[in-house]
Amino acid sequence: MSDRQPLLRVKELRQHFPVRGGVLGRIQNVVKAVDGITFDVYPGETLSIVGESGCGKSTTGRSVLRLQEPTSGEVYFDGDNLLELPRSALRHRRRDMQIIFQDPYSSFNPRQTISQLLNEAMSIQNVVPKQRRRERVVELLEMVGLKAEHVDRYPHEFSGGQRQRIAIARALSVEPKLIVCDEAVSSLDVSVQAQVINLLKKLQRELGLTYIFVAHDLGVVRHISDRIIVMYLGQIAEIGDTRTIFRNPQHPYTRALLSSIPIPDPKQRSRPVPLVGDVPSPINPPAGCPFHTRCPFAMERCAAEKPAQHLLSDAQSVACHLVENGPVDYETLPMTVRGEG
Amino acid sequence: MSQSLSGSSLADDTGSVVVNPGIAPVGRGRTLFRKLLANRAAVVGGAYIILLLVVAAAPSLFATHHPTRYQNPTNRFAPPSSEHWFGTDNLGRDVYSRVIYGTQVTLWVAFRSVFFGMIIGVTLGIVAGYYGKWVDALIMRMMDILLAFPGILLALAIVSALGASLDNVVIAIAIFSVPTFARIVRGSTLAVRNLEYVEAIRALGARDVKILAQHVLPNVLSPIIVQATLYIATAILIASGLSFLGLGAQPPIPEWGLMLAAGRDFIWNAIHVTLFPGLAIMLAVLSFNLLGDGLRDALDPRLK
Repeated sequence: MSDRQPLLRVKELRQHFPVRGGVLGRIQNVVKAVDGITFDVYPGETLSIVGESGCGKSTTGRSVLRLQEPTSGEVYFDGDNLLELPRSALRHRRRDMQIIFQDPYSSFNPRQTISQLLNEAMSIQNVVPKQRRRERVVELLEMVGLKAEHVDRYPHEFSGGQRQRIAIARALSVEPKLIVCDEAVSSLDVSVQAQVINLLKKLQRELGLTYIFVAHDLGVVRHISDRIIVMYLGQIAEIGDTRTIFRNPQHPYTRALLSSIPIPDPKQRSRPVPLVGDVPSPINPPAGCPFHTRCPFAMERCAAEKPAQHLLSDAQSVACHLVENGPVDYETLPMTVRGEG
Repeated sequence: MSQSLSGSSLADDTGSVVVNPGIAPVGRGRTLFRKLLANRAAVVGGAYIILLLVVAAAPSLFATHHPTRYQNPTNRFAPPSSEHWFGTDNLGRDVYSRVIYGTQVTLWVAFRSVFFGMIIGVTLGIVAGYYGKWVDALIMRMMDILLAFPGILLALAIVSALGASLDNVVIAIAIFSVPTFARIVRGSTLAVRNLEYVEAIRALGARDVKILAQHVLPNVLSPIIVQATLYIATAILIASGLSFLGLGAQPPIPEWGLMLAAGRDFIWNAIHVTLFPGLAIMLAVLSFNLLGDGLRDALDPRLK
């Protein structure tokens, strides 16, 4: 992995949202939705970002595409820092990176037919000469498993799964390199979910696409990703290969997340990682390690000192004091006794 | 205004669920029309407005006399008769013909003022709502300043500053209606701005002008239409009011408010001189209000 050039390189990205209040609308607080994350995305891979609601995974996807202006950081796409591009240059660059949203109902203008919306997308970036656009619309629809006769229909005439296919067609219409799938299958039925995921995988193989896959469903993530980023309160807890993360998670939070997946085998038992309390507010995140308030293995040091990313192998990097000196065997590690149960 | 909602208009709604202002189902033009037709008050208002428009377009077809040139000093304050349907005024002019021609004057003022106010207000509101931050703060605080004045007082101040004429009345009413449009459009834009399709278009690299004109504006139109209709009623009232006070239309223009002002000294002897222009104002305002309310109910599913 490391010898390849990354397609996207995110450095110390921060996205803070001011909370204004009072008569003068002064900034009273800051929600640190994304608080200094660094990662690379390699061409042709699927990198998933997982975490609980509110951990900043969707915000990360949007900030990387500069759909919101990030507070600070650097995002290099094919060598250019997107956050420094002037607006017009950014508009042209958007051709290379697209996004598919979670809600297939609100992601289309209700007044546009399928052919109108695909044509519009192509004309914005001027990807296909005018005479060929009609053909290309049909081609795109067939690529995502829809039929040519659908071109003049309106979005509301389609089911959720079909709309998600249209959203994929719209993203593909400008021939992007990177697609951010922001919870793209979360609102679909399980059977439809599988179809859409298989479609995404097929398109990746055929077109050499790179995906950033934002999701909370670990089953889906395991199926589709090459690598996984686990986020907690706007920070990265663990990054690693899908296999490594699922086999041997080294961050206590990752372990807690994974132990929440039901195992369809009554004989197999793993030691569950109990979590207490709720996710703290991102307005006043805990000092030190953001996870120490809920971590069953927390030490005194965790409240004071923010852990660095420790590279455990080529395929795994973990932000936790426990793994400072290499991987830990969690099965035998004693848990901190907590008052709550 | 009491609304009569027949069963059919309610039944129309069960099929489609409108979640949100920006994602109403397409093809709602027909449904809207059906709902409007089911509302009797709105139909009456609409019919009267159509009549007003026809009269305003060709007043000479309806008038029996010339509104200003026909004067008969020997026949002043004549009560309604077959020759002078609404009687004659203090100069012996035909009140009916003057009311008819007054329709044109009044509607022309009302439509122009609301049109200009709407264009400016909608532009400001959409820009404020879409860009947010300091742009929003600046525009909306300016609107707040305008809103802080009582409407008629603001119009009065503007006309006194600019001079008494109907064109200045148009400017005054336009300025006075800008903040209302701006506020309404800003609110709807805020709701539409964060819908995913707007973000999707932005992600495709569209220019802001294109996003605003083609994707935001069409989806915030309904409240604008309702507000414009209701505001025409207000504009008619204010224009008549200003003319009544001598700040709008100048004699001998057949303007309803001005006719009221001219006739008010003789109200005990010749009530018809003020009664008919007064009725004309009332009916015009009422009809636009009825239609506006009907439109609002037909466009807003939450008011059911």
